[in-house]
Amino acid sequence: MRYLPLTADDRAEMLKTIGAKSVDDFYADVPESARLHGTVEGLPDHQGELAVERHMSKLAAKNRAASSGPFFVGAGAYKHHVPASVDMIIQRSEFLTTYTPYQPEIAQGTLQTLFEFQTQVAALTAMDVANASMYDGSTACAEAAVMATRATRRKKVILSGGLHPHYAAATKMLCEAQGIEVVQLEHAIDGELALADAVDDQTACVIGQSPNTFGTVTDLSPVAEAAHGKGALLVSVFTEAVSLGLVTPPGEMGADIAVGEGQSIGNGLNFGGPYVGLFACTQKLVRQMPGRLCGETTDAEGKRGFVLTLSTREQHIRRDKATSNICTNSGLCALAFTAHMTLLGGKGLEQMAVLNHEAACDLADALAAVPGVEILTPRFFNEFAFRTPMNAEAVLAMLDEAGIVGGVRASRLFPGDHMGDVILCAATECTTPEDIAAYAAALKEII
Amino acid sequence: MTMNTQGRPTTPESVSMSSIETVSGSRGLLQHEDLLFEIGTPETTGVDLPAPKGTKNRLGGVARKVPTGLPGLSEPQAVRHYMRLSQKNYAIDLGLFPLGSCTMKHNPRLNEKMARLPGFGDIHPLQPQATVQGALELIDELATWLKTLTNMPSVAMSPKAGAHGEFCGMMAIRQALIARGEGDTRKRVLVPESAHGTNPATAVQCGFIVDEIKANKRGRVDMADLKAKLEKSDDIAGIMLTNPNTCGLFETDIKEIADLIHAAGGYFYCDGANFNAIVGRVRPGDLGIDAMHINLHKTFSTPHGGGGPGSGPTVLSEALAPYAPVPFVVKDADGMFRLVEDIEGDASESFGRMAAFHGQMGMFVRALTYILSHGADGLKQASEDAVLNANYVQARLKKVMSAPFEGYCMHEALFSDAFTAEGIETIDIAKALIDEGYHPMTMYFPLVVHGAMLIEPTESESKAEVDRFCDALESIARRAAQGDETLKGAPYLAPMRRLDETKAARKPVLKWAEPEVAPPVAAE
Amino acid sequence: MTRYTQPTTFYTEDHEWVTVHNDLATVGITHYAENALGDIVFVELPEVGAEFAPGDDMAVVESVKAASDVYAPIHGKVVEVNGALTDKPETVNESPTEKGWFCVLEIKDGGEIAGLMDEAAYKAYCEGL
Repeated sequence: MRYLPLTADDRAEMLKTIGAKSVDDFYADVPESARLHGTVEGLPDHQGELAVERHMSKLAAKNRAASSGPFFVGAGAYKHHVPASVDMIIQRSEFLTTYTPYQPEIAQGTLQTLFEFQTQVAALTAMDVANASMYDGSTACAEAAVMATRATRRKKVILSGGLHPHYAAATKMLCEAQGIEVVQLEHAIDGELALADAVDDQTACVIGQSPNTFGTVTDLSPVAEAAHGKGALLVSVFTEAVSLGLVTPPGEMGADIAVGEGQSIGNGLNFGGPYVGLFACTQKLVRQMPGRLCGETTDAEGKRGFVLTLSTREQHIRRDKATSNICTNSGLCALAFTAHMTLLGGKGLEQMAVLNHEAACDLADALAAVPGVEILTPRFFNEFAFRTPMNAEAVLAMLDEAGIVGGVRASRLFPGDHMGDVILCAATECTTPEDIAAYAAALKEII
Repeated sequence: MTMNTQGRPTTPESVSMSSIETVSGSRGLLQHEDLLFEIGTPETTGVDLPAPKGTKNRLGGVARKVPTGLPGLSEPQAVRHYMRLSQKNYAIDLGLFPLGSCTMKHNPRLNEKMARLPGFGDIHPLQPQATVQGALELIDELATWLKTLTNMPSVAMSPKAGAHGEFCGMMAIRQALIARGEGDTRKRVLVPESAHGTNPATAVQCGFIVDEIKANKRGRVDMADLKAKLEKSDDIAGIMLTNPNTCGLFETDIKEIADLIHAAGGYFYCDGANFNAIVGRVRPGDLGIDAMHINLHKTFSTPHGGGGPGSGPTVLSEALAPYAPVPFVVKDADGMFRLVEDIEGDASESFGRMAAFHGQMGMFVRALTYILSHGADGLKQASEDAVLNANYVQARLKKVMSAPFEGYCMHEALFSDAFTAEGIETIDIAKALIDEGYHPMTMYFPLVVHGAMLIEPTESESKAEVDRFCDALESIARRAAQGDETLKGAPYLAPMRRLDETKAARKPVLKWAEPEVAPPVAAE
Repeated sequence: MTRYTQPTTFYTEDHEWVTVHNDLATVGITHYAENALGDIVFVELPEVGAEFAPGDDMAVVESVKAASDVYAPIHGKVVEVNGALTDKPETVNESPTEKGWFCVLEIKDGGEIAGLMDEAAYKAYCEGL
């Protein structure tokens, strides 16, 4: 076994030192009826690298990679180009194969990058402080809702009609378990401002999204104003982090908590995970935050260094009174985010965002020129919804035959909402004019 | 013959210098590195992007007003920045990482290579399912391994970490109780006082009330206390028990505990954080459990990445399976794999959705690669080697350190601080290990042992490595027993000396800010 | 009921002190408690006007490695809090029984005071721990 260094002689010698006859002695506490004799039935024995690689490659070959042709799926995860050096950095053993930085004297690499990550996320969202990341955008959104109920001591949360349905579902699940009422506003392409009318003096927070699931960008300032007027908080959500380079960020709209998905920067699609949840808030709320926080301090010689801090909020100290049960963050994905963001810089991100927006504008123009297609999203960043004269699932299947992954049918995300003819699609800096032309041409053939 | 008279000396001369200060702040190979914000500029970039065309924007005025102001670095600067920072980290690839309960085993590089195949790394979670059949098949194959190794009928694959898996299991229990019409009455969850902090935190997050049960002198559940807590049983929702437990011991009475909980009308949540000690030797399903999360990042070697991402698939018993979260993969009669994403049909009793999309696919690929590489025989051998290494550490060190419990351990050896001289604490021993070139063991956990030191060597270490580690720790332990005050200042040889956590917590500085410029002195 | 016209101090088993003066009770944590917690980094105070029953979570005190709830020792309504602790939590370490007080309660039931320990009893209690 290539991964097991102990030799038969080592094992024998070690047993002798211990004074045990065999390893069976160590398992003597296992109830007799539950002891296995031999290996677990029905499973194959070990294999060499080559054999495993063949098996895995065969499975991988059954999937259509996003880079293999024109690709237009968004709705919460986005195909962006990640510089080669980002992957090199996250594969450094010292980052890849280390643990949560509990021993700061030998973890300054992880800690300093987390401090950089927190600073970058705070600047991008225009918020006061950010934590060291969450599992993903959806769980960050759920934790934000619960945090708002703690901060306001109220028990009601209102979700906008454009909030990503998976985010809404994860939030409902976490809230309902804790007896928090969740109100879901009617699904709408351009309805985020309805939150302003829905908020009342029982509301802990309203959760709005910009760009929302249909791609619509909205200035949530009126919602923030209405919420604050009732003593409630605004949680501002985004699923496309690149939008922060161009679109009004949560902090400029008066958000109290900003949460979103950071996958777009530095991280691949990975069929939905692992991703990296971004979580930021106002200074006033910092002690209510879930998740890990890295802070600056000095060592015994007065040198600047970094440590995990404010950990009394967390489960390992507060146990049943913790702000959340979360233990890990998404450290390596946060590092990928930070490394990519460092390569881009503020100007680079802005430029990347403009390229995304221009590609989406070109795509919208090309599709709108196809007879029967109606663009539904009034203001967008890099994704939008459009209506086809046919069933969306059939259209996507036919596009697939033409080698084009044309988007996601709205009915997959909003099953009960009679959106059978609506397709959500996205364009990024990876989208070429040829891709767009091919999409429009194929769509014209189909409908 | 020609002679080069410019030759340099080739034998080092002995020069004594107690402390060397450098101008650069670097120390030999250990480079000083400032924060990104102190070295980059907003104008610098490490990415060449095409110039935008200048299309009129369609944001309808919803545009960012204030630029981020974030600095960038060119590629050589960025690579060097992170390379230098990386060298201030300890890592498994550098040496033995005996962090108890965290399972820092070797992370095979084949796993990384497989996760980067475009067919896995470059597919979108919402692509038409016909275009991702291999991905769904992989999830199904890994699920089959996990179910078979645990002898459990069902597994929820979407939890994103261990604590998320706990949440999944406890939500399934909650939903099962609601289905029985006892959701409002059965609220009490028994949790041993030795439990990991996530257990009580999770129970509360699911709306339960935590009732602590005591440990006995052998470090296992105190059965008398458990029975007393079950005397009144109509409010019992279940128990959360780690097995092997946080003291690194197998719960001897586990089957009786399962029977008692079931008889009381509750469910048995097993925290599977320590499954790595028993894979291939014991199937948790044979012990009477109802739910257990499996940390793919511990037992199945997906890298810890400096604190995530993890992955926590959760196996469920027949009784809890109907309440599993969406989505899950099913195989249809025509051989096609399909995701059940909505709460209807096969999933009509599901407790809901835990997160966006379908789970930590990148971790699934790595875990399955590890599992296939080991096979049934290798997984069993890995468990046995992990337990053997831990018992060897215990046998070697119990002569100089204090073992709080009698008998063999499982995959980790636990010591208390009873052997140290007055004034020397667990943290001093931990920090002294850093000077010896090791990551410290888990300290001050579990809470039931004073000044706990929990050592998990894992199966990835050779006997020579374990011996070298034991030699180092043995010598530190002797110094601690003798009251060697120099331990209080350790580490001396790490990139940094001990850090001031009080200062960090009293006035939290959580992001970089432009240093305040001193106001100009008024001209006279 | 007994009226404490001279300030008189009592103690709880949770290591809180209660100085009673007329209808008011000033509450803080003892030297024993601050020492056990270590360097205190944060104090969360109740809101003025909040009412508590004995045993209710009234305030939170945190060190780097521990967080503890401060319980209400008696029934009472908060009439004043020591806002200075928010910026200088270390005051609780430096002066637990004087400058480090947490809040002042308006006493609802003077009879409850009799259930608390006096200084001698508390001293004996600590020695027994």
